[in-house]
Amino acid sequence: MATAPPLALQIVAECPITKARACSLALPHCVVNTPVFMPVGTQGTLKGITVDQLEDLGCQICLGNTYHLGMRPGPELIEEANGLHGFMNWKRNLLTDSGGFQMVSLVELSEVTEEGVKFCSPYDGRETLLTPEQSIAIQNSLGSDIMMQLDDVVSSTVTGPRVEEAMKRSVRWLDRCIAANKNPERQNLFAIIQGGLNAELRKACLDEMIKRDVPGFAIGGLSGGEEKDDFWRMVTLSTDHLPREKPRYLMGVGYAVDLVVCVALGCDMFDCVFPTRTARFGSALVPWGSLQLKQKQFAKDFQPIDPDCQCATCRRHSRAYLHALFKCDTAAMHHITIHNISYQLTLMRAVRQSIIDKCFPEYVKSFMRRMFPSPEQYPKWAVDALASVNIKLD
Amino acid sequence: MKLELSRIVQGCRLGVLTGLGKTGTHSLEFPACVLYTRCASVPHLTQDTLRTLGGLPAVTQLTTATLAEHQEVLEEFKEGARRFAGLHDTVLFSSLHDPAASYPTGHVTNKTVSVWGSGGRIELTVDRYMALQAAIQPDWYQSMSDGETWQQNTSRKRVRKAVDRTLNHLDECLLLHQKSQALKQAEIFGVVEGGDIQEERLRSARETAKRPVGGFVLDGFQSGAMEQGMRSQLIAAVVAELPPDKPRVLQGVGCPDEVVACVEAGVDLFESFFPYQVTERGCALCFDFSLESDPESAVLESNEDRPMRERENGADSPEIVGKMTRFEMDLRDARYRDDFRPLVAGCDCYCCRNHQRAYVHHLLVTNELLAGVLLMLHNLAHYLVFFSTLRQALSQDRLVDFKRKILQVQINE
Repeated sequence: MATAPPLALQIVAECPITKARACSLALPHCVVNTPVFMPVGTQGTLKGITVDQLEDLGCQICLGNTYHLGMRPGPELIEEANGLHGFMNWKRNLLTDSGGFQMVSLVELSEVTEEGVKFCSPYDGRETLLTPEQSIAIQNSLGSDIMMQLDDVVSSTVTGPRVEEAMKRSVRWLDRCIAANKNPERQNLFAIIQGGLNAELRKACLDEMIKRDVPGFAIGGLSGGEEKDDFWRMVTLSTDHLPREKPRYLMGVGYAVDLVVCVALGCDMFDCVFPTRTARFGSALVPWGSLQLKQKQFAKDFQPIDPDCQCATCRRHSRAYLHALFKCDTAAMHHITIHNISYQLTLMRAVRQSIIDKCFPEYVKSFMRRMFPSPEQYPKWAVDALASVNIKLD
Repeated sequence: MKLELSRIVQGCRLGVLTGLGKTGTHSLEFPACVLYTRCASVPHLTQDTLRTLGGLPAVTQLTTATLAEHQEVLEEFKEGARRFAGLHDTVLFSSLHDPAASYPTGHVTNKTVSVWGSGGRIELTVDRYMALQAAIQPDWYQSMSDGETWQQNTSRKRVRKAVDRTLNHLDECLLLHQKSQALKQAEIFGVVEGGDIQEERLRSARETAKRPVGGFVLDGFQSGAMEQGMRSQLIAAVVAELPPDKPRVLQGVGCPDEVVACVEAGVDLFESFFPYQVTERGCALCFDFSLESDPESAVLESNEDRPMRERENGADSPEIVGKMTRFEMDLRDARYRDDFRPLVAGCDCYCCRNHQRAYVHHLLVTNELLAGVLLMLHNLAHYLVFFSTLRQALSQDRLVDFKRKILQVQINE
């Protein structure tokens, strides 16, 4: 008996000028409109905001972190709680990463072998080994709608044979992850394209991974401190070769300019801790940059963060009040978190609509004009990247 | 503002305050608590999460202590603290100190009191205090007062001074109140001091009652200042000197058993900082006060739920957090790790409708901000229902049953 696949991508519109697409991504819990920004709720919670608030913001998919949740409270407990959806009471979609990135970025002693990643737990000092099979087992327990393969993650600033080793191992680990997935009918496993900043290695990885019948692809190993000029070239190389009819997820990208440019380069899905993390430091994102609300200049500024923003924070509170509240109560952070998520989701909605309305290039131009005081200040990498897809910024 | 008493049951006044606020459209049944805020915001909550709570009291307490450092901003804003904070349509009660925070003593003079903001000490003269009230634009506010009589061994002389100073401040505040445009429609509340000396308490009450105030704040009775027995005795003596048609607000008392005893002594209104303190120590109010439930099963539940040990406060700010009471459960306890029940069965709050003990435990253990949000919602909801059930018990002549429920928590130690 054939059952509906757990993922179906419908391309609603394609920009005739650039590589941008507007799609509807049907996932087990609901349909997700792309391009989409996915907020990160690392430990099964989105930093002070309730699932109702997240739903009201229009979020259709967010992230949970396999490494953190695998440590606390652990996969068995979450399975008992009806998966991560049940545990946090989130009714829409969840994407979990594999735990690989945290293992490398957060943990001091980690050693990668063919078997998996060996590391010392920061919680109890025990040595643990995370294998592709174990990562998938945890993600199966979490029950996420999209799971990420365990990849051999190497910093984008690393060069030499390690990059190739990691890329080839990631392909082998992808196969092990596919074999280990107990729930292919309701959990989608995405591959992660590696290869560092080496075009040949990237292409080789693409060629191999595309042969596997996975429902979607992530572009990994970028957004880690490399030159932006190298970054965008790897992104566009990847989207040139990834199948049109499968979603492209660019991992770890969340700055507004990066999002807009990478949509133009053909990416559909993005995640980043930046908007929610920066909120907790009092930084509110706006179309012309950001406001550091803890600064004195806002003490008597009675406007909302963005007069045009419709979020609950901007409809009710002023910069001055948020400035004052920051000295006193955590609710200040929640207000900014709500605003920043709203900003990101609204941006993506506007981008998507402009693709559907066939005016995406015009949208990009007006976005850049608003974000930067003058064309001289447009980042060169963004100008080059957009030019590569036929958007010429004045 | 009008106070209508419907009945007095064993000393407890049951009634309603009507005609509240600038439009005169708000009312508040009492005994009740007012809504506690820090810098004009209910701790941890945005308006969206706050609105999930039904039965919010019509009166919201702002503290001069958390707003004093923003005086200039408020004066430039001109439209008062309620609008500045984006608060809902509520009656504002401005008090001097923050009941959840302790502060250094020894900074009171004949002419000044001090409050502490994020930048340090702010010294208030009556002039400055009244200018602040004018900027806040409250509906009720207490006059400036000297209440530093709670320490052990406060001398009689010091207590007497507190009473004298507070009366002087009241008279000065009244003069300025009468000249103030911004405070024209506000009610000024007199503050009764007197420490633990009955004579001084009576003197303060009688003298304060002679002034044209809209209500009375009973100060210097906070938890820790004296035993409940003495507190009840002194309050009863004080209220006998006060006009019955004006509300009595008691500061600094929030623990359920103390609340009930103070209602019996004649108090109408309380602050709601107690649920906030419970939240800050990662605990959830779970004491049973329901008039309907089977007493035996309630006892079983309450015994099972509360680890009897006192938990250490750890990294929490000790001034605010305080010690765990027998009315709450410590959700950091490992027993809740895989407990998939709501915090309290039958509780209608957002947390209990949507989440489980195991999840809140996880949030606490991982230091997640949402823990504070969910616990604040639950604790406030529980506390509000405690008060509404108290009112119900008074109106149905079931105070004895209600008290038994509250005190049962003690009996089963």
